[in-house]
Amino acid sequence: MKGVPATPSVPLGVQDEENSQLDRVHSKAVRRRSLRLLGSTLAPLRATFVGTVVLVVIAQATRVLGPALIALAVDTALPQAQAGNWGPAIWISGGYVLAAIVAGATTAAFIRLAARVSQTVLLDLRQRVFGQTQRLSLEFHESYTSGRIISRQTSDLEALRELLDSGVTSLASGFLYMVFTAVSLFVLDVQAGLVLLVAAIPVWLITRWFQKRSQVLYRISRVASARLIVNFVENMTGIRAVQAFRREDANNARYGALTEDYRANTARTMGLNGIYDPALQLTGNVTVAVALAFGGFRVLDGSLEVGVLIATLLYTKRFFQPVQQMAMFYNSFQSAAAALEKISGLLEEIPTVRQAADPVPLPNAKGALRFSDVEFGYGAGKVVLPNLDLDIPAGQTIALVGQTGAGKSTVAKLVARFYDVTGGSVTLDGVDLRELASRDLRRAIVMVTQEAYLFSGTVRDNIALAKPEATDSEVEAAARAVGAHDFILALPDGYDTDVNKRGGRVSAGQRQLISFARAFLADPAVLILDEATSSLDIPGERLVQRGLQTLLADRTALIIAHRLSTVAIADRVLVMSDGRVVEDGTPEELIAGDGRFAALHHAWEDSLV
Amino acid sequence: MRSRPAASSADTPVVATLARLYPFVKPALPRLIAGMICALGASLCALAIPQVLEYAVNGPLLGSVDAGDTSGVWFAVLLVLGLGILEAGLIAARRAFILIPGTRVEAGLRMSLFRHLQDLPIAFHDQWPGGQLLSRSMSDLSSLRRWLSFGIVMLVVNSTTIVVGIVLMIRMAAPLGVAYLIGALPVVFFSYRFSRRFRRISRLSQDQAGDLATTVEESVHGIRVLKAYGRGREAYRNFSSQADELRGTELSKARVLSMFSFAIMTISEVVLGLCVFAGVWLVVDGQMTVGALVAFFATAGVVNGPVERLGELVSMSLYAKTAVDRYFEVLDTVNEVTDPAEPVRVNAPRGEVTFEGVHFHYADAPPIDLIPAPTTVPSEAPREEVLSGVDLHIRPGETMALVGLTGSGKTTMASLVPRLFDVTAGSLRIDGVDVRDLTRRDLRTLVSIAFEDATLFSASVRENVLFGAPPGQDDQRDLERALTVAQALFVHDLPDGVDTLIGEEGMSLSGGQRQRLALARAVAARPYVLVLDDPLSALDVSTEEAVTEQLRAELERTTTLIVAHRPSTVALADRVAVLQDGRVTGVGTHSELLVSHDHYRFVISSLIEDEESELVGKVRS
Repeated sequence: MKGVPATPSVPLGVQDEENSQLDRVHSKAVRRRSLRLLGSTLAPLRATFVGTVVLVVIAQATRVLGPALIALAVDTALPQAQAGNWGPAIWISGGYVLAAIVAGATTAAFIRLAARVSQTVLLDLRQRVFGQTQRLSLEFHESYTSGRIISRQTSDLEALRELLDSGVTSLASGFLYMVFTAVSLFVLDVQAGLVLLVAAIPVWLITRWFQKRSQVLYRISRVASARLIVNFVENMTGIRAVQAFRREDANNARYGALTEDYRANTARTMGLNGIYDPALQLTGNVTVAVALAFGGFRVLDGSLEVGVLIATLLYTKRFFQPVQQMAMFYNSFQSAAAALEKISGLLEEIPTVRQAADPVPLPNAKGALRFSDVEFGYGAGKVVLPNLDLDIPAGQTIALVGQTGAGKSTVAKLVARFYDVTGGSVTLDGVDLRELASRDLRRAIVMVTQEAYLFSGTVRDNIALAKPEATDSEVEAAARAVGAHDFILALPDGYDTDVNKRGGRVSAGQRQLISFARAFLADPAVLILDEATSSLDIPGERLVQRGLQTLLADRTALIIAHRLSTVAIADRVLVMSDGRVVEDGTPEELIAGDGRFAALHHAWEDSLV
Repeated sequence: MRSRPAASSADTPVVATLARLYPFVKPALPRLIAGMICALGASLCALAIPQVLEYAVNGPLLGSVDAGDTSGVWFAVLLVLGLGILEAGLIAARRAFILIPGTRVEAGLRMSLFRHLQDLPIAFHDQWPGGQLLSRSMSDLSSLRRWLSFGIVMLVVNSTTIVVGIVLMIRMAAPLGVAYLIGALPVVFFSYRFSRRFRRISRLSQDQAGDLATTVEESVHGIRVLKAYGRGREAYRNFSSQADELRGTELSKARVLSMFSFAIMTISEVVLGLCVFAGVWLVVDGQMTVGALVAFFATAGVVNGPVERLGELVSMSLYAKTAVDRYFEVLDTVNEVTDPAEPVRVNAPRGEVTFEGVHFHYADAPPIDLIPAPTTVPSEAPREEVLSGVDLHIRPGETMALVGLTGSGKTTMASLVPRLFDVTAGSLRIDGVDVRDLTRRDLRTLVSIAFEDATLFSASVRENVLFGAPPGQDDQRDLERALTVAQALFVHDLPDGVDTLIGEEGMSLSGGQRQRLALARAVAARPYVLVLDDPLSALDVSTEEAVTEQLRAELERTTTLIVAHRPSTVALADRVAVLQDGRVTGVGTHSELLVSHDHYRFVISSLIEDEESELVGKVRS
């Protein structure tokens, strides 16, 4: 995964993605961007691509050979055979069979090569988009919905696939065919050739018209299909709430409207084609009629032979034969280009949290953290941390306490480098996090959040996510350490149980235990626990805490918890309010005092039994 | 992480698929047929134009030269022009006719699927990966659209051309025509074999595309975890290998298609090549005229094009066929949590909830296409029950806390009340009526639920909170009341207050904020029975206290079942039920249970000695 190359001007990215009525300048810019992308994916395939074109030309040529051979058979072989000489008949018949085999074989080879080109391009783009979504920062993901990324990866690429399958190569062969026909026509009769040249004017005009209209419609189409996908994904992900709150009818209305938007737009694009294609056909046919009138008068004059006239007319007609195919190709090109506009926009996004150009290695971090003059706000929103100075020596266990919105989670996210500070710096062992190689950073610092996401796969896979090379016994040791081992063994297939979609079969508390086991296995120098025990029952929490005490003994830890029981194991408590640290001390010191923490602690003690 | 490899399911005959599709396509059928007729007409025009050109030049035009006026020229021009306009007109008409069947059928099917998916129970959704559902709704249906608006029309036109052509060829030169027809026999054989292989591969590629979509969805939903562990590279590698697998499938699909195309193209052409010699021989022998020979090959030339395109059209049709099969697989999934035939209504709801001998286990059969190829699923083996005989009576207006260890089935039990799952045995009654005798709509009007993992939708705060609220009431007051109870007044500080867009497409909120909105939503629904699944877990102590206080007042007349992990939550309840080993082993007030119930003390008390927690492991297993 390479970094995004620096672009001189500020890239447009995905902003304005839903706007389909772009002005000329922007429209051209995104179009160029999408063509560049297509070009860059096709570039490594140049040889294969040329190969397919050659195959198509050979296949076409052998196909043209057939009628010629038959004419030859009737004109020469037949009289010869009648005269008793069977040679030519055998030769021609054999030639025909040979041409048939060559045509069949080249077509078969062409189908394979074309599929290779198309699938290689698709794989390349899939990988690029996937890599890019992994690279982009959380800030981006928080506003760009999962449904939109899915639609980039599915329906947009589907549009491109249609283009590639409809045959870039058959376009080439069609084009060659038209050129040959036109040249033959000129050679035969220049004036008839001129008629054809004039016909190019309406073709150009119609194509321009189609291009302009379809460009907008296909952009709308991409947006409409993305909206449909976003809505679908959201409702299927939240199906519990949908059913529990009887939202089916309201959703049907909403999804129905989106479906209709998409349908109407598809119908409009098809309608546009329904004009474009017959209009081209009509142009061709009218051209033939004009050529006939033109040539007819010349025959009347005596300046043109009848035989030549028929030949020129047939050539003119033939010239327009691949037009329908070309129209289809151009149509899928427009559709694919609109899709590539969206994909290239996503690829153009520059991650706000970037890998350093010249990263500082830190293979064995000790875990000393320091916040110096840190200022931070989400996007353009208000400042969450106005000015934070904090020194956390290696090995210390810190509890962050404070009301919702005090900035605790923000501190955690800055340490995990989910976001970058807007001012000041955060350092690990004296190295600015922004300078650290992301491998080292991720090995040194791990954050466990309240939302314990499980991927589909086995329990073992999910724990081993923290350390893919971990052995089975390491995975089990981690699970044992957090008290998850027993419940995992009780699952139908133990560690090999599939957690199914979204860990549907595992309770919220068990999910958190699995996620804890992950953190144990990762064995980082700095561990951040953001509400990581909220769903645990008390015995479970107790177990985790016992595990934590051993785990945290020699590493830095940042614990955010509403349950003060978790806080008890901390060496030091920081009470936060409005983005500032208002109390700082050991738990004993603070409880003995009369500050906020003391008050919280008393309230908590009262709630215990 | 990756989902299980998809293997193709039982293959259905083409006729069965078409029959299943028929009711959906029926309304569009006249237009579809009209489109085919236009397409046939257009092909006839295309065939006729060169002939007409020759005739026009040799007949009327040359007649003009003889007659010395221009009328013949004009006649010829008009003839050709007329035919040309007719051809373009027929193409335009074909496209216009096809427009509706293509798009309307697609949209109709898409809506049917969405409706059905919303109707299907949670158990279904737990088992089906999102990407598989999405790929059915989007790419499978669009391949059907393409087939309806292009494939079937061209298939019918081309087949007709081929059949008519061969009949003509036999009439023109019987022996040659029959030879050509015999050449078609191996083609039929190859088509049969091809059809089976191609269907298997195209099904596989569609399933793999669905799995790929699932991986994408998970990689985005789980992006925080992937980032936290720096596992982008592994996720990328895993995705790549999956995408590469799909690529491999697509390539073998192309291989199968290329072989088929080779067979049909080469066989028909080789036969023609042999016919060249045979034709010459027949003419020399005097069994056939030269004219017949020329006419035979002219017709063969016309038939050739459609024969060449047959491979592509057949493969497109088969691809659409497997796509439609995939679609109907979901659409034909029988909903097991349905409305009763004769629903009962609770006339004067009081909110009494009774669990009687309730058993529950999750149905573990995975969806058909997710069964790994060599399946050894022991379907007869006894499944582990989550609930095995739960008896619990919650009085109207009472608040009952449900306490038990992680994984003891509390959430499951809570989900049974609004029938997100159905009991496997026993009964669950509200005011004496079995929940299965109510319509789901009525039941879920009586019952509302707040989940621990709060789901917010891309909509304003207002819409999210009033999600299930009864219509026609004072929305503003309801909203404020619900927000106050849930201590979610922070929403007024959001940029647009209660009209701020939240959810995936809007502001991102913290876990605690989300939980409070979900709680507000449950309260705003004004239920008779409120089910709260550990709804306060992400709240800080003081907020929790405030919420608890508000809820206590609010819940006075609402029956409430609240899943609790903490003493502070239990404090809300009038009585507590202990869930242990799939049964309710104790019901009483908090202090009663503390005295009398060992397991309860173990689960809820933080003041237990450390030694006792040594036992945890044993108790858990």
